[in-house]
Amino acid sequence: MAVAFKTRIRRQSNRISRPEPTGAMPPVPPAGRVRVTGRRDARWRKLSDWLIEKFFLLNGVVAIVIIGLIFVFLFREAGHALASIPVSSWWGRAETDFDGNEVYVHMWQPNGDRPKYSLIPLLLGSFLVAVPALLIAGSIGLASGVYLAEIASRRTRDLVKPIIELLAGIPTVVIGFFCLATLATLMQSVTRSAFRLNAIVGAIGVSFVVIPVIASMVDDALRAVPGYLREAAYGMGSTRWETTSRVVFPAALSGITAALILGMGRALGETMIVLMATGNAAQVTLNPFVSVRTMTATIAAELGSVPKGGDWYASLFLVGAVLFTITFALNLIAEMVINRMRRKLTL
Amino acid sequence: MSAAARHRKEWWATFVMRAIALSTMAIVVMILGDIFLKGEKVLTWGFLTLAPVEGMTQGGIFPAIFGTLCVTLLMIMMALPLGVFAAIYMVEYAGRGRLARIIRAAVNNLAGVPSIVFGLFGLGFFVLFVGRGLDRIKGEGLLFGQPAMLWASATLAVLVLPVVIVSAGEALIAVPRSYREAAFALGATRWQVVRRVVLPQAWSGILTGAILSVSRGAGETAPILFTGAAFYLPRLPIAHMTIPLLGLQIPMVNPLDQFMELSYHVFVMATQSHDTTLTRPIQYGTAFVLVSLTFILNISAILLRRKLSRNERRA
Amino acid sequence: MSEAVAPPKVSIRDLNFFYGATQALRGISLDVQEHKVTAVIGPSGCGKSTLIKTINRIAEIAGNVRIEGEVRLDGQSVLDKSVDVVDLRRRVGMVFQKPNPFPKSIYDNVTFGPRLHGVNKRSVLDEIAERALGQAALWKEVKDRLHQSAMELSGGQQQRLCIARVLAVDPEVILMDEPCSALDPSATARIEETIEDLSSDYTIVIVTHNMQQAARVSDSTAFLLEGKLVEFDETEKIFTNPSVPTTEEYITGRFG
Repeated sequence: MAVAFKTRIRRQSNRISRPEPTGAMPPVPPAGRVRVTGRRDARWRKLSDWLIEKFFLLNGVVAIVIIGLIFVFLFREAGHALASIPVSSWWGRAETDFDGNEVYVHMWQPNGDRPKYSLIPLLLGSFLVAVPALLIAGSIGLASGVYLAEIASRRTRDLVKPIIELLAGIPTVVIGFFCLATLATLMQSVTRSAFRLNAIVGAIGVSFVVIPVIASMVDDALRAVPGYLREAAYGMGSTRWETTSRVVFPAALSGITAALILGMGRALGETMIVLMATGNAAQVTLNPFVSVRTMTATIAAELGSVPKGGDWYASLFLVGAVLFTITFALNLIAEMVINRMRRKLTL
Repeated sequence: MSAAARHRKEWWATFVMRAIALSTMAIVVMILGDIFLKGEKVLTWGFLTLAPVEGMTQGGIFPAIFGTLCVTLLMIMMALPLGVFAAIYMVEYAGRGRLARIIRAAVNNLAGVPSIVFGLFGLGFFVLFVGRGLDRIKGEGLLFGQPAMLWASATLAVLVLPVVIVSAGEALIAVPRSYREAAFALGATRWQVVRRVVLPQAWSGILTGAILSVSRGAGETAPILFTGAAFYLPRLPIAHMTIPLLGLQIPMVNPLDQFMELSYHVFVMATQSHDTTLTRPIQYGTAFVLVSLTFILNISAILLRRKLSRNERRA
Repeated sequence: MSEAVAPPKVSIRDLNFFYGATQALRGISLDVQEHKVTAVIGPSGCGKSTLIKTINRIAEIAGNVRIEGEVRLDGQSVLDKSVDVVDLRRRVGMVFQKPNPFPKSIYDNVTFGPRLHGVNKRSVLDEIAERALGQAALWKEVKDRLHQSAMELSGGQQQRLCIARVLAVDPEVILMDEPCSALDPSATARIEETIEDLSSDYTIVIVTHNMQQAARVSDSTAFLLEGKLVEFDETEKIFTNPSVPTTEEYITGRFG
């Protein structure tokens, strides 16, 4: 083994004086070095570092505090509503109709002489908008995501993706306005519905907001699938579509599920579009072609004019609390699904 | 299945996916085209610089533009430091600890809260709890405890906080670990590492996030419905502040005043004005200005990000 | 070892190191002599880097680590909770595997350390920069472009800049974590010359997977395998007449 040892090199370099590699500077003995001085007191430094860390910690905790405050302020008012309004009236109440008959009604009408607080029309309204919206946005968003991740060339992708993201950047009030002013008329000429503004117009508007959310999450989920899975499928002679549908898609399934769940959360929480495009009539119906009123629109429409502190005011917070709980649960489920995917893919 | 059948299936699947992706683009073009074509007609210098007149059927939208700028500026002044500091804590200090995980979960959840819930929260917490609380302490009647620009900005700040935290966090994580290691090995304290090595590298990424947050805040309506936006104000939210000694009066934006705002203006003009058909051109014009504003912000953020990633590749 | 009269500069005793549940170092004990070059060799993943990163306590910034045992610098404990790591890291400098200059000017890179420690006078900083760059054999090449970006330097120059950056804070010990692994042979040769020149003034610990390099630059060599110290002796002895068969197998290239 030909090994040059340091000790041997030393001996050599004593004989033949090697050109000085340090150039202008001969090795300076330690005493002549420029000492790094002006060192600050270690104790002061430790204290200031501790203070700085705690300052950042304080800012970090703010997010937790805010979530906590939202929870407290929403549920405190909601608690007032629960305390002063009998639980049964959240479902419905018995009323006397014009003919003097007793009927059981599900109505949201908190401003009359006999306020009615049934949540049923609001919940139905919300889902009557959110479910069709998710069906539309789910299929379009899914297909767009698959196109972006698996089909589009790099150059088309660089063009199409920003345009889809552009959709997410349009203020919702503008989309609501578009639905109200243009889409509703267009839809009415097609569907011949008696209501120009109805659940389906709102649902289409809401789907415009949800499409980019789902498309980009599906895109991410598909692209997170390791390349060797694709290579393995191609290696066995699969076509691109077979690779996508049988290998890549199942591997990304939890990410795609999470995208749909989060899309549902967005659809339920959307306010301005439904406020402007659904007609805002709180009715108990399963027909998407009539006017409905969602939970979000109810809060938006009524909170501004309601006297602070009364039952009505509190009941709007209860609606908010229900909405918050639903979206919170959906977010939580989506996060769990995503975590599961991450664990599966890293294994 | 025969090879021909498989290829036919492949062709159809590709065709359908491509067609649907194109339809998504068509939606964007349809909405923007509608707004731009009809909005562009009313866009004059006067529309941008004058106040509404004749019961809001004539005139311009200057107060709404002014209010939007003020409220988003105030919003980002609150959200940016808070969000950036929080991101610094999560990325540079907490690492993968338990607290960092809890903060991350809180941020994720905050991002998923419906915007109308922020409106409820803004009214219940900022206006009625904090504002009325301050009034009770001062004991001089109603000053803070009513809808105002300050509370609207604070509510919007809470809404965009997750956006700021996430984007600032990404900008910090993008700074190579090796820089931190080198600085630590030279005896830098954590704060010195953050201030002298990480932040100089991350600030432009942070700025990109801030611009996107402003755009997001400018487009939100639900959180300001009850916290400060006004249907019509005969004056701008400006107060004159007297400088002591000099006796000079300088105009200042009054954060305790209500304000007009573009997105709210679109909403009320489209749904609550006396004659919504008569004012439709104004509605389109306002929507046009609002969309343009958010697009200018978004595009500048995209350009900034593109420039950054190019710089990174060079380095 | 030859008659070791001088007390060791760094002494490590029964060192155990855990990343979470996995143990990276198992009962390491070794002494590093002052003004000598000590090489640490072994296959990748054997804990070489972790070992030297424990000496300046840079290993713990990753979080979730547990350290048992003792590391002493000039007889003083390094791992003690009360130790001022900032001062420790100034005394024990480190050069990393990949050249990692800051994306700043050459001058700002070299003077980064002194500025951290409160040196702000321009004339002093100039003097430090010239001295440190000179020691790293870089002064001649860069003296006319001190204010250009360090990113424009070649890989070898960047690594020598990193050495200069460490020298600028006047350390006593310099840790080098495979400093040449990202460099070509001629750049490697220049770094090795620099190490040779520095060894008269500084105590150097160098991790390398290149056995020829260990033989060329070091006075003593430690061989690590799976977190355990297999053999530690004078370099010439390790490479010509190792006392443990495993060492010989590794050196002759039968594994690793």
